[in-house]
Amino acid sequence: MTTTNGATPDGAVLKDSAPQDGTPVVELRGAGKSYGNIRALHGVDLAVHPGQVTCVLGDNGAGKSTLIKIISGLHQHTEGDFLVDGRPVRFTTPREALDKGIATVYQDLATVPLMPVWRNFFLGSEMTKGPWPVRRLDIEKMKKTADEELRNMGIVLDDLDQPIGTLSGGQRQCVAIARAVYFGARVLILDEPTAALGVKQSGVVLKYIAAARDRGLGVIFITHNPHHAYMVGDHFSVLRLGTLELSAARSEITLEELTNHMAGGAELAALKHELAQVRGVDVEELPEESDLQVPTPAAGGTTASEASH
Amino acid sequence: MRTMTQATAPATSPSSPASPAAPKDGRTAQRSLGRRLLARPEVGALIAAVGVYIFFFAAAPSFRDASALSTVLYQASVMGIMALPVALLMIGGEFDLSAGVAVTTSALTAAILSFQLSLNVWTGVIVALVFSLAVGAFNGFLLIKTGLPSFLVTLGSFLILQGANLAVTKIFTGNVASDSVSDMDGFDQAKSVFASEFSIGGVNFKITIVYWLVFAAIATWLLLRTKFGNWIFAVGGNKDSARAVGVPVNLTKIALFMGVGAGAWFVGMHLLFSFNTVQSGEGVGNEFLYIIAAVIGGCLLTGGYGSAIGPVIGAFIFGMVSQGIVYANWNPDWFKAFLGVMLLVAALVNLWVRRTATRR
Repeated sequence: MTTTNGATPDGAVLKDSAPQDGTPVVELRGAGKSYGNIRALHGVDLAVHPGQVTCVLGDNGAGKSTLIKIISGLHQHTEGDFLVDGRPVRFTTPREALDKGIATVYQDLATVPLMPVWRNFFLGSEMTKGPWPVRRLDIEKMKKTADEELRNMGIVLDDLDQPIGTLSGGQRQCVAIARAVYFGARVLILDEPTAALGVKQSGVVLKYIAAARDRGLGVIFITHNPHHAYMVGDHFSVLRLGTLELSAARSEITLEELTNHMAGGAELAALKHELAQVRGVDVEELPEESDLQVPTPAAGGTTASEASH
Repeated sequence: MRTMTQATAPATSPSSPASPAAPKDGRTAQRSLGRRLLARPEVGALIAAVGVYIFFFAAAPSFRDASALSTVLYQASVMGIMALPVALLMIGGEFDLSAGVAVTTSALTAAILSFQLSLNVWTGVIVALVFSLAVGAFNGFLLIKTGLPSFLVTLGSFLILQGANLAVTKIFTGNVASDSVSDMDGFDQAKSVFASEFSIGGVNFKITIVYWLVFAAIATWLLLRTKFGNWIFAVGGNKDSARAVGVPVNLTKIALFMGVGAGAWFVGMHLLFSFNTVQSGEGVGNEFLYIIAAVIGGCLLTGGYGSAIGPVIGAFIFGMVSQGIVYANWNPDWFKAFLGVMLLVAALVNLWVRRTATRR
């Protein structure tokens, strides 16, 4: 049981590619965001290169969501610079970000549950045919394309007409990723794609993250699970209270260190002391367990960290 | 505290939740034809319509005449033309409570403007169209800018229009009705377009019936075969998701409100050129009839689901009930009560149909 998470998906997806040189597709320099007098994000540096997975980790309220909202065009930064292909930008709508090749797969998946799979796949970028007054959806082509693209990502659905709400969480996640990849995304932002999934489904999603990376996409993988991040990540940025606590390439950091950073040193010590009072808690193993919300990955994660020693 | 419980969880409950297998081929069985049919939003309404028709066919002998059918269809068409854009708006996730009085506003605009300035009625017709579209755009714009629910926004515009209808009409005519436009330039032409009749086998049918069915066909095509139709479902089903994937949500909603304005204009013109004059207090309460037709027709009140054929059937049921009671020589006071029962039954049938169809 404990090896399911560590062995199968991990072994398949782990690919420690060397960092590429050149201009990052997306770069933040000292970027920040204030909502009134609340400073949600401050002084964040982030670079996303093609063919690499940049993991952004942090506990709830660390500023992860604010960060992706800036990059995906839902909000605007209030300090610092946001560069795409080396040029400063400021998106006012998600459409602008999409046009630059930045696609976001949101936590709630940005799908419309009652609409068929193929309509969801092409939503906002529908294929049409015919001259204007009778310009209409090219339904045949859309269904065919959606089916092909999903098969390319290893998702096989028999009935593309079924409402997307009837798919499982992992399947919907994969449809959303396949959609982003198909629409020429150069940068894929994944907002906690594994948060609500079981072990195997998480593995499947991680596999698609690796698949997207291998197709040359820059991936921003937002998560609060360091084990998932370490399986596919090339670069790790840890956010804490709206600032960057750590920014390290894969070669510079171990899973254990990452987990420690993720939990926050001082808080961890306090927690350790507190937890020592609780019967049945092994304080020695604390760094692995403290940050986890789902019980199972802890088991898988422990083996993964042990394997990395 | 929360972190602590999280941390203790692995130690106390080491069991693993079973996760479903990776997506495989053949897990989703092909839905049967019956299931697929039932999954259409208007099927529940169609069953109800057949039931109501059989009921009145049996209960009221005069209901069986072709002339009765003509009357029923006329009644249904006047309401059905408005029910179409209201249904599209409802699929798009919004209401328009001003739809009923907007019809009167449009008719009054055309009537008073042409009469007071002694213009060709077509000028009034065009100005009324522009004004109706502007009212729709105003509703949509206000909704988007304020973020208030459409119920509130359009309740406001409903009251504004209702008051303005009465007050403005009194200023110009000193009366609660507009002056007759029957002897003005272009009246006959406009009447032939908006309010003429045609005959099939000795039975007269109103032209609105044709418009109604044509508009329904256009609305169906728009909804199912165009980009814009996709956007309507999306903004009603999940506005934030739609916005996130690049659907112009605001534009779609404003366009839907303007569609209601266009419908109000058309019905307003029909009423004006049928009766030559407009009572300024009319139209109040009709907005609910439009909504009822859409709901009976299987449109989801909360948006994201429905069809354009549904409100056609809904309006037809409305026409059958309102006329059927008369043909059956019942007290017409019961009409609203009957309609209420129909609405509840239709809502329940729709609920049942949807559950049956989407059950996995």
